Amino acid sequence: MPLPLPRRVVRRLAADAGLLVVAVAFAVPLLWLVLASLDAHATLRVRPPASPTLENFSAVLTDEITFTPMLNSLLICGGATLLTVVCAALAAYPLSRFRSRFARPYLLTILFSTCLPITAVMVPVYGLFVQINLIDTRYGTALFLAAAQLPFAVWLMKNFMDGVPRALEEAAWTDGASWWQTLLRVILPLMGPGLAVVAIYTFIMMWGNFFVPFMLLLSPEQLPASVSIFNFFGNYGAIAFGELAAFSLLYSTPVVLLYVLISRRLGGGFALGGAVKG
Amino acid sequence: MTGTVAGARTAARARTPRAVPVRTRLLRWSPLLPATVLLLLFLAGPIAYCVYLAFTDTQLTGQESASFVGLANFRHAFGDPGFRNAVVLTLVFTVVSSILGQNTLGLALAGLMRRASRPVRVLTGAVVITAWVLPEIVAGFLLYTFFERRGTLNAVLSWLHLPTQNWLFTLPILAVSFANVWRGTAFSMLIYSAALSDIPPEVTESAEVDGAGGLRRLWHITLPMIRRSIGTNLMLNTLQTLSVFGLIWAMTRGGPGNRSQTLPVFMYDQAFLKSLIGYGTAVALLLLLVGAVFAAGWLRLMREEV
Repeated sequence: MPLPLPRRVVRRLAADAGLLVVAVAFAVPLLWLVLASLDAHATLRVRPPASPTLENFSAVLTDEITFTPMLNSLLICGGATLLTVVCAALAAYPLSRFRSRFARPYLLTILFSTCLPITAVMVPVYGLFVQINLIDTRYGTALFLAAAQLPFAVWLMKNFMDGVPRALEEAAWTDGASWWQTLLRVILPLMGPGLAVVAIYTFIMMWGNFFVPFMLLLSPEQLPASVSIFNFFGNYGAIAFGELAAFSLLYSTPVVLLYVLISRRLGGGFALGGAVKG
Repeated sequence: MTGTVAGARTAARARTPRAVPVRTRLLRWSPLLPATVLLLLFLAGPIAYCVYLAFTDTQLTGQESASFVGLANFRHAFGDPGFRNAVVLTLVFTVVSSILGQNTLGLALAGLMRRASRPVRVLTGAVVITAWVLPEIVAGFLLYTFFERRGTLNAVLSWLHLPTQNWLFTLPILAVSFANVWRGTAFSMLIYSAALSDIPPEVTESAEVDGAGGLRRLWHITLPMIRRSIGTNLMLNTLQTLSVFGLIWAMTRGGPGNRSQTLPVFMYDQAFLKSLIGYGTAVALLLLLVGAVFAAGWLRLMREEV
């Protein structure tokens, strides 16, 4: 037996050690979230609760604190996701199937607008919404969120649609199906997983969006969870950290679960729709 | 994926003869309409309005009519110490968190993951990605508790007998930069993992046989081979970082004073807390222009894909 460890093993151990250091560092804030939510006397530090309890959860599970904001989030993000996905699927179809002089400039414009800093247009959007009376309405907020997320959704959707073979579609054409029948009955069912990825990704981005509802919604009963979370920071100090953690956990769980659903397709070579594959 | 795109494109070319009647052509492209209308109304509209507002003295406290003031807002901005402070802080925030932080750490993680054992790889991936998937505002609160004077970082430091300090007060911009690294590294990690797995193993192996050491291999082989991914990643990271608002708002609200007030926070502060919509919009327009430059750079890299 050779005494020194083979180089390969040494390298693997070193890599493991390096990754574990990073993992622990990244895990500390997450650990606080979980531990504080179970601790009736939570502080700012990570520490195991003296006696784990669900008190924090029962304290925040009320209409005013949790259910109304979550419902608002669901209405705003769900509605906006639906609109985005429908518009993106429709737009992707001709972009993927037909050729025209303006298809490429159109796609380039779409791609360009995927990366404009949306934060920067929020001040004029606010001004615009005041003038056309969309300010402080949930559907107005949903419309803007849908538009903001649409470029990336169109791009993703087009890439997925490009992957659907045309043979079946051509059979449908020959049978005299119209374009929307073809899209609805042939293409979309074939790209089911891709459609799910676009919808879920869009929903996750909207669910986590803070700035848009923060700017466009004013009345407390309309605020989604991303903004209402600030209510835990009263004006007079004294923050119930345990309850803040419990609420954060409730608010984050849906997107984490949804991400797990699509992670296999998002990871690996896919890396966000091939959009960023350099 | 590129293969199928090219395939679809040739097929499309073959299918579309020159003489498609105008009516058919309009009908074919009609599905584009809803998306285009939505984008024009809610994205192009505000951008145009932004350009208009930036040249007026509009204020929030409804004065009778706003008047056209030409470049006054921009002149004001360049002479305003608050604005210059925001520009410098935005640069620090972008360089530290996006270019040095997320990009380098993401590449390092992706590289280590190729050598590490499976359980460690899966665990690290899960933790780093969870940080990324959490809503921005939750991430902000979590890192607030981490950096706060009575928070976990100081607890760890005093346990190690190292000096503690009130991070959010002494080094607020570094605290928010680290928060952004925590939140954004997963994206770089995913991009680089994909890029590294595209490098054929023979290339690395033959370099190893030739006796090239780790660092030289990285510099002469790995980095050149993934240079397009590096470009893509830097552009997208920078764009993402330029528009961070919620994270900073949750942690410091731009404070103390204005010591973590990056451009988006400055813009919000001027437009809504100081009621200078015209001025705030001028700042927004500058931010948008910087973003557009980066977006155009990214588009150049992407041109072959469309």
